[in-house]
Amino acid sequence: MIGRARQFITAAILALGLTGEAAAIDVNDWNSVVAKARGQTVYFNAWGGAENINAYIKWAGDEMKARYGVSVVHVKLDDTAKAVATVVAEKAAGKDHGGAVDLVWINGENFAAMRREGLLLSPDWATKLPNWAYVDHEAKPTVLTDFTIATEGLESPWGGAKLVFFYDSARTPSGELPDSAADLLKWAKANPGRFSYPQPPDFVGTSFLKQVLTELIHDKATLQRPVDEATFAADVAPLFAYLDEVTPLLWRKGKAYPQNYPDMKQKFADGELDIIFAFNPAEASAAIANGELPDSVRSFVFSSGTLGNTHFVAIPYNASAKAGALLFANFLLSPEAQLRKQDPKIWGDPTVLSLAKLPAAERQAFEALDLGAATLGPDQLGPALDEPHPDWMTRIEAEWIRRYGAAN
Amino acid sequence: MGQRTRRPDQDRGVTYLTAGNGLLVIILGLPVLAGVAGTILPAFGYLPALGGFRPTTAHLAELAGQPHIHRSVLVALAAGLITTFAALAIVGTFIAGFAGTPIFARVHHLVSPLLAVPHAAAAFALAFLIAPSGLLLRLISPELTGFTRPPDWLLPNDPMALSMIAGLVTKEVPFLFLVTLAGLPQLPLRRARQLMAALCYGRLSGFLISVWPMLYRQIRLPVFAVLVYSVSVVDVAMILGPQLPATLPVRIAHWAADHDLKMRFLASAGALLQLFIVFAAIGIWLALERLGKFALTLLTLAGTRLRQDMLPRAISGLAMAGCAGIIFSGLGALFIWSVAGLWPFPKALPGAITAKIWLRTLPQIFEPLLATVALALTASALALVIAISLLHRNGAGRGGNGASYKLLYLPLVVPEISFVFGLQILAISIGFTPAFPSVLAVHLLFVLPYVLLSLSAPWRELDPRFEQIAAGLGKSPLRVLMTIRLPLLFRACLTAFAVGFSVSVSLYLPTLLIGAGRLTTITTEAVALSAGGDRRVIGVYALVQAALPFLAFLVASLGPQLLFRNRRAMRM
Repeated sequence: MIGRARQFITAAILALGLTGEAAAIDVNDWNSVVAKARGQTVYFNAWGGAENINAYIKWAGDEMKARYGVSVVHVKLDDTAKAVATVVAEKAAGKDHGGAVDLVWINGENFAAMRREGLLLSPDWATKLPNWAYVDHEAKPTVLTDFTIATEGLESPWGGAKLVFFYDSARTPSGELPDSAADLLKWAKANPGRFSYPQPPDFVGTSFLKQVLTELIHDKATLQRPVDEATFAADVAPLFAYLDEVTPLLWRKGKAYPQNYPDMKQKFADGELDIIFAFNPAEASAAIANGELPDSVRSFVFSSGTLGNTHFVAIPYNASAKAGALLFANFLLSPEAQLRKQDPKIWGDPTVLSLAKLPAAERQAFEALDLGAATLGPDQLGPALDEPHPDWMTRIEAEWIRRYGAAN
Repeated sequence: MGQRTRRPDQDRGVTYLTAGNGLLVIILGLPVLAGVAGTILPAFGYLPALGGFRPTTAHLAELAGQPHIHRSVLVALAAGLITTFAALAIVGTFIAGFAGTPIFARVHHLVSPLLAVPHAAAAFALAFLIAPSGLLLRLISPELTGFTRPPDWLLPNDPMALSMIAGLVTKEVPFLFLVTLAGLPQLPLRRARQLMAALCYGRLSGFLISVWPMLYRQIRLPVFAVLVYSVSVVDVAMILGPQLPATLPVRIAHWAADHDLKMRFLASAGALLQLFIVFAAIGIWLALERLGKFALTLLTLAGTRLRQDMLPRAISGLAMAGCAGIIFSGLGALFIWSVAGLWPFPKALPGAITAKIWLRTLPQIFEPLLATVALALTASALALVIAISLLHRNGAGRGGNGASYKLLYLPLVVPEISFVFGLQILAISIGFTPAFPSVLAVHLLFVLPYVLLSLSAPWRELDPRFEQIAAGLGKSPLRVLMTIRLPLLFRACLTAFAVGFSVSVSLYLPTLLIGAGRLTTITTEAVALSAGGDRRVIGVYALVQAALPFLAFLVASLGPQLLFRNRRAMRM
């Protein structure tokens, strides 16, 4: 109750503009950040669609409370864009302090949009976090560029992502698995109705479109730049020729689609789909551990590479609890939190840390993690293809809806 | 003097209770109107918070240019009309065929609890049953079907919206049935039946000619509520409805949630279009009413007896029982899923049973549960007090002017998606902080009309002689209200409270948008998790979501039994 009252008084003072809150936070003086954070409530806006992820965030919040006296409230979103919209609406209404969002799980087009509109806490704070010392920015360049946009320390890496396919070895012989988008089309011809992808604009569904586009486009370099209207039609022609061919071979003949990854996973478990994919190599192991998928599920990738990226946390420019958000972002980056996150029994999300930079004990703990039989080792994941510029995602989504948005 | 005698309730004793009524209507009515205005203005480009100052029709043009928009509109409109017609036909035929029979009482007890099941939970239940990998096909596969793999059937989410219509009908039938039951005692059902039977009419045609026109007049407002709801439903359409393209309300919900704030103008334009569709649906329904009336006149004049009506009667009975069966077995399937380990197709039962998900979920459920109950209790209690005060003030059957509070029914008729969107813009513009009171306020706006609707029929029905005697004995109107009317209407009040409670529990959009995620309820959690598609977790949440209003209805039906255990005439 007393904590509530204090919060209320603090909020009232802030609202009256009696303190210069923004000037008071200096990320270089970490002790002052820790001191200011005590008693704050961090509203962490993050996708809330998976129970294991929610449980992980709950654990992280409990730790923050116990160690630093910071309360973390997970605002469960079905789409990160809702948090972005809240901040945009607040800025439009002139609410430059005391915003509703303190920390947001973000990457790709949402980050690009927030950066473009100047909605993020700046300047660079992410590389000033104490735990940044462990981050693998040498071997994992995607912790510094989010879909071709330089992060410039405006968001702190939280986990790695790589497109990986899953199949059930009890149903599908491993010798027939496709090794490229073109192969996948052949496989779909042989197995009609057993493949699909989440319906764009779902993130995972659009990622599949980007994977196909990256493989088929004539000049890959084009994708690293914003869309050129003059050549767009020609650039995406191979993608849509591919989709025209594959759509009648999809699950429900392309008249309906899984709504997102977990929906696709459920349909895989039900035996409606035979090949699915995720943006997290450990998803299958986590689902096996959770009793959602049979333990005969295995992973595979395309030998010429699949999309890879990093996801982040960012702090809006008008966040109410900036110190608490910084402290939480740092905690999420700690070897302890990252180790727990990579454990497939808990979440299974690949770490953004460099094992070489960790103290011996932590490194051994990471190496001792049992990733499960369904997870490919780091050396088996194949090359990572660069994410296209966020422009492509938006344009491809719109084009997809125009062409396939009404099944006939 | 004359005025005083004509309006006995305008006594000093009740002034405290009722003086604020006009003010109350204004306070409650303003946000309703603001909600509507906040939808219409941005559709024409006026939304200063987002830099829209100049009136423009560009957003309407943009809306017209959206791919496949016509189909989204037509499917929503047709599904709403068909749902309403089917639900009304089933309920009407059933009442005509069975009112006063033992079957009737049994179905009554079976159907009532269904009202407590939230729409989304019922939709999930139906989806779990009818999907090609769902329970029904598992029960008969592979033995009868030969399927070792789920067939590639487009179910649910069929483009014709048949599964969505089925889901909506299943939920609207119990609602219309209970509303009809409330109106039935005021009609001379028995005498009409005897008369028509003496004239050799079949049961259905006799009822249609003699009782139906009076009955329909009484349930007309709820029927329109069903129509508006079905035309503009979001959650059921997301679960069961077509996806390519989705119905208009679903697409508006997506636009309103887009990170690109300019899409809000498009969403507003869409909401305006939605409002027109609702008016169109109402217009078509009015035309159907005319047509029906004409047909009924023809039937009456022709004197056709239609004595062979066993088939339609049987169908309506089966349909009623079917609705209950679908929802109950769907809830059963949800429960099995919530404790299932791995459960591959075509196994009829899961390979392993585990309480893991329940054990993991229950601790997390506690806080949203508390918020849900606190919101629902406060909102429905407030709504009940306001409704009593409004009904008391405006009297019933005394020539009281009831029109002033009809405005409060607007949230029933204006599509939720358009309305909440306007409210949200209003809330942001006036700097409302998202917290318990603001969410409570918006819940009250939605709960109040349902509470009013449930309470006003019994309020009118009550025999006025009790009060006349009390007034004759010199009791003040306030005392009459407290000691005579409210105790007599105790059961009706509890039922209205339970209806309000279940409405509050099931509110998703208002809680999410006005609460800005600050207040999680069972329903916001359930919808967020349904985005994840894990049936185990969905099962747990849907069951908890259904259990809450169910308890409220249980209290509403058992409470009077206990309280009146030594007053035989007050028991049912």
